[in-house]
Amino acid sequence: MTDAKLQKRLLEDVVIFENRDSSRTGAQLLAPDHAPAAPAAGGTLPARGVLAQGSQPSSLQQRVEQFLFHQAELLDGKHWGAYIDLFTDEGLYWMPATPEQTEWLDSPSIFAEDKRMMEIRMGRVTHPNAWSQAPQWGTSHLVGNTVIESVDEREVRVRSRFQMVELRRDQLRHFAGTYRHTLRRLGDDFGIVLQRVDLLNGQAPFDYVLQIWV
Amino acid sequence: MQPLERLIEADRVHRSVYTDQEIFDREIENIWEKTWVYCGHESQLRKAGDYVTVQIGRQPMIMVRGLDGRIRVLYNRCPHRGVQLCGNRQGNTGSTFVCSYHAWTFHLDGRVKGIPLSHAYDGTRMTSENPDCSMKPAARVDSYRGFVFASLRAEGPGLAEFLGEAKIAFDDMCDRSPLGEVEIVPVCHRVVQHSNWKFFMENQLDALHPSVTHQSTGVAAGRVERRLREQGRTPPLYYHYLSTFASSFEQWDSVQTVNFPRGHGILKGYMGLRPDDPDTKEYVAAMHKAYGEKKAEEFLGRSIHHVLIYPYLSVQSPLQQLRVLRPVAPNKTLSEIWHFRLKGVAPAIYRRALWYFNLVNSPATMINADDLENWTKGQWGLESQGGEWVSFHRNHGGDTQEGEVTFSNHGTSEAVMRSQFKAWVQYMGAARP
Repeated sequence: MTDAKLQKRLLEDVVIFENRDSSRTGAQLLAPDHAPAAPAAGGTLPARGVLAQGSQPSSLQQRVEQFLFHQAELLDGKHWGAYIDLFTDEGLYWMPATPEQTEWLDSPSIFAEDKRMMEIRMGRVTHPNAWSQAPQWGTSHLVGNTVIESVDEREVRVRSRFQMVELRRDQLRHFAGTYRHTLRRLGDDFGIVLQRVDLLNGQAPFDYVLQIWV
Repeated sequence: MQPLERLIEADRVHRSVYTDQEIFDREIENIWEKTWVYCGHESQLRKAGDYVTVQIGRQPMIMVRGLDGRIRVLYNRCPHRGVQLCGNRQGNTGSTFVCSYHAWTFHLDGRVKGIPLSHAYDGTRMTSENPDCSMKPAARVDSYRGFVFASLRAEGPGLAEFLGEAKIAFDDMCDRSPLGEVEIVPVCHRVVQHSNWKFFMENQLDALHPSVTHQSTGVAAGRVERRLREQGRTPPLYYHYLSTFASSFEQWDSVQTVNFPRGHGILKGYMGLRPDDPDTKEYVAAMHKAYGEKKAEEFLGRSIHHVLIYPYLSVQSPLQQLRVLRPVAPNKTLSEIWHFRLKGVAPAIYRRALWYFNLVNSPATMINADDLENWTKGQWGLESQGGEWVSFHRNHGGDTQEGEVTFSNHGTSEAVMRSQFKAWVQYMGAARP
């Protein structure tokens, strides 16, 4: 076959999928009730610590730490909706591909998700046919070394370290790195404007992928 | 191991070609260590001494730019006691490779430069004129539109013959730049697949799986997309990247695959990457200016989702991304994922492709998460004795042959796998004792 002939064949029959009603999607058509993994979301939310509730005197350092611990606990408890709600409307969860990166629009990221994209990710893992969620899966986070880098009336910038162990099927994986939170002050509470996550092993080969935020 | 001809039939293959260590070893020897293997892109090596390390089959290699500007591929091995000369994945080695063990040094073309106390070799056969004193080069290095390949054997087809029609992968990528060139984005995501390399190659042109495997992501993205439309807003194109995965079986069946000799192939396009926004208009205008309207429309109108270069490369040319396989074991494959920037286009056009890289190809992919799960379970299934054969019967006998090219007629035809195994037999059969 000549180049010109191939070129012609490639210009024919251009199929463009429009976003039709997704009820006709393949597996749904065949197995609408297949439900391997009931999502844990919807269970009782973990209680906020007393220091975050304002009934006890607390320092900014303590309130910030309580907020970070709460965020980690929401992740480990698979409370995806409540986790997303910790972000402000324009909030962004960002895991750059390399520690040198300073922006996410013109360079690759592992995650660069606004609330709507986070909603899509939540929609994926809670869908009854999210096949990769069928094996047992869970995480355990430990957050520490919390340092408040700057404070003004509107925002607090916080640096911390995390360790995360993930169980998938019968295997444990270990992740570690740095969080940098830019928190909007909402009374005594906070909303996340930007969470930057620098994974220590972000450029090492991934044995399987990350299904949810770290 | 059974004779190879008993393992491959026209419409099915024996499971051992995915699981058997001896077959895997022969694949490495007869395919990877003979044929042209993708090493990298010229833009990774901007100045003399820039290098990257790359695995060809079982061989650790260095791709390096010399003082003369030429790119060479050398074995990453000191000829003295065998220690690897580059311990990093990339870097600049100056004008010399230096061995960390006994300080033998080498020019960037691999020739030995210095040996400490070299008079100690006087009267032995290991003197600097002996080629055994220099780094061993790959037998052949060639490139096409900036993409560098090496072959460890001096014999065999040239690069152009190896690529054949599948060279359109690189044409389609580069032609979408008004300057006709791309440059690499220096981030490589690496993901381990716990499955035989064939799972990935078959999956890339398997149009029946997306709406099953990726249903969860497609449905979730489609829901947000529809809500935005109902609110009178235009959802960004990148939601569409995800939502199209959940299209119906009938839609997927309407896409076609084009299957070339040597196992290469094309899945034709389905996403529609030419929206009507000002950025696209500006880009199209620049393309018209660079190539003339007719040629530019030919470049922009090509219906390609991705091109497979068998047995290890998947090139998503319209979005300038590339995945390359480095097989490690029968049940373990390392994938390297790269993307490229079109030269001479506005940032908005790059950003459009970047979204696909982030959402589909990053280690937080919402797509491959479910593929990898399938391939792992597939590998386990084939390691079992629950059955001996892997079925590729779908639409067998229903494809159209034009010369050496097979058109699938149906998107979901297993013509793709049948074509890949035809090539596999040729590679492996040539080595039959």
